[in-house]
Amino acid sequence: MDWITIISTTLKSAVGVETVLYGVAAIGLNVHFGYTGLLNFGQAAFMGVAGYGLAVTVTVMGLPFWVGIGVGLVAAVLLALLMGIPTLHLRADYLAIVTIAGAEIVRLIFRSVAFKDVFGGSDGQRGFSNGFYAINPFEHFFTARQYGFNLGPVPLFFSPRQTWVIFVGWVLIALACGVVFLLMRSPWGRVLKAIREDEDAVRSLGKSVFSYKMQSLVLGGVIGSLGGFIYGLAYASVQPDVFGTETTFYMYTMVILGGAARVFGPVIGSMLFWVLLVLVYGVLAEAVGAGYITFMDVNQVGALRWILVGLGLILLLIFRPQGIFGDKREIAIDAR
Amino acid sequence: MHAETPAEATTTERKTAALAAFKDLAHEPGVPKPDPILVVDNVVRRFGGLTAVEVGHLEIQRGSITALIGPNGAGKTTFFNQLTGFDTADSGSWTFNGRAMNGVPAHKVARAGMVRTFQLTKALSRLTVLENMRLGAQRQLGESFWRALLPFLWSRQEVQITMQAYDLLTRFKLDAKLDDFAGSLSGGQRKLLEMARALMVRPELVMLDEPMAGVNPALTQSLLGHVKDLREQGMTVLFVEHDMDMVRDISDWVIVMAQGAVIAEGPPGTIMSDERVVDAYLGAHHDAPLSESDLESQLHEAEEALEAEIEEETQK
Repeated sequence: MDWITIISTTLKSAVGVETVLYGVAAIGLNVHFGYTGLLNFGQAAFMGVAGYGLAVTVTVMGLPFWVGIGVGLVAAVLLALLMGIPTLHLRADYLAIVTIAGAEIVRLIFRSVAFKDVFGGSDGQRGFSNGFYAINPFEHFFTARQYGFNLGPVPLFFSPRQTWVIFVGWVLIALACGVVFLLMRSPWGRVLKAIREDEDAVRSLGKSVFSYKMQSLVLGGVIGSLGGFIYGLAYASVQPDVFGTETTFYMYTMVILGGAARVFGPVIGSMLFWVLLVLVYGVLAEAVGAGYITFMDVNQVGALRWILVGLGLILLLIFRPQGIFGDKREIAIDAR
Repeated sequence: MHAETPAEATTTERKTAALAAFKDLAHEPGVPKPDPILVVDNVVRRFGGLTAVEVGHLEIQRGSITALIGPNGAGKTTFFNQLTGFDTADSGSWTFNGRAMNGVPAHKVARAGMVRTFQLTKALSRLTVLENMRLGAQRQLGESFWRALLPFLWSRQEVQITMQAYDLLTRFKLDAKLDDFAGSLSGGQRKLLEMARALMVRPELVMLDEPMAGVNPALTQSLLGHVKDLREQGMTVLFVEHDMDMVRDISDWVIVMAQGAVIAEGPPGTIMSDERVVDAYLGAHHDAPLSESDLESQLHEAEEALEAEIEEETQK
């Protein structure tokens, strides 16, 4: 078994592209679910409209890269308004219904035959990331062929393009965490947390609950849209099925794993999630290849790792329901 | 239980003023008050075929403690919900300090100075006691999104709010619980917290929905003291309550609702002997004279009616 490769890929996945893009989108979901108590089951749609906003603006309309980023952000805000205006006056479950349906509508429009000229059908769009890599300092300013270091015998290196994406991703994560940190220790964040506990009490104290819920939905959606940009740029393409409901559920897993309503919860959650997935896959695939495991072949490892990681998450929720950063006292209050 | 302590026996200036205002009023529903803070006209709320609230005219005297009582299902809480914007009335209008309040959303009602508490206490469980209190303060600079990002804009105000919260918590003897989660408090302490939090809004009219429900008797006296204290500080109190001892103890004026309508008003000492009130609570014929022979003849009539009915059924 090639333990060097397993350890190398696992450690790289702790900071890699997937961790970054899911992590940043999960920060947005944490604003919704963790702090405000909004059940948004359509976070993937915020990533989707951002990724496609960028892609369509650049490839179909031929406008510059930065205009595409602007279009993506505006699209995320509009999506939040569109889903929030009819539902945020109602009970919490209506938002859940509308977001899960809304996200599917968005995905099906992206992959529909009718709009193939614009969105590219199920193949999606490609060729819009040149503007991003044109300003890649790791390619044009520094001249190394790859970036990283050797941890003892374990090589940890990324290509210049990967390095640029990861660098930008972590800067965005730092910014998003900073904004969330500042907001949640302010009176504004206090209103959000109070809404999570009891809307009517907040109303009786003279705060417009609808307005705060809408602000939360827009903020979390915009942070989520950053994840969509990172996806599109890292893979130089967008496909509709990437932004399906399971993407949202991975993000819920990360938020709960790290600890809901904690600033770094979703980031740590995302790192753990991907480390576990990559590690389990690496070990199983190598063990099958080396003949230690005989009852399945390499193709089945992909499915088995989800089962094992799922089992691990269930155990974590049993023995540490508050997540990594959560406060046990809060869970105890919930159980009353 | 209600032997008055000497401190309570000396009626305060505010209490005297409030009682003077009520002195010569007729004991009729909707009687005009000398200085009403809240005036209600023709408020109706129907749920399907059921008329939950149908209040013709009602005035609440400023600076007094007014109790709203009535049997279960009289529509007291529904009426509260209408007035505070938590439910929309089918028709009717009401003014608070002369300002029309019908159709005004709940949060604006609170901002106008009319703050309520709830029958089932709404402590914000996973916020600390201090955060619960701070939330109540109005016009907070840091509650706007962009300003929230710049702490130096609101930190000074936050200190003021904290001081105000600390004073109130000390008064309500919750200062030892400052950093505990509100969800870890006992039922009575939550009631106290909710009342203290409502005071952070600096209201003119405090509306308490069953402030004594689920409070252990040891805390009752302290809660009563706090309610009386509100009047001393110049606030007006309107509260719903079932506990008649409490109503008699602290209220200056009592309004009785039954089946959605206001049926009587009066001072707490005499209101429970009012015929309309007794009827509402116990039924109109509860004291109709029933001698042995009356009873027997009534039984006979009933039996005959039954037999006739059975006969009719069998003949079909």
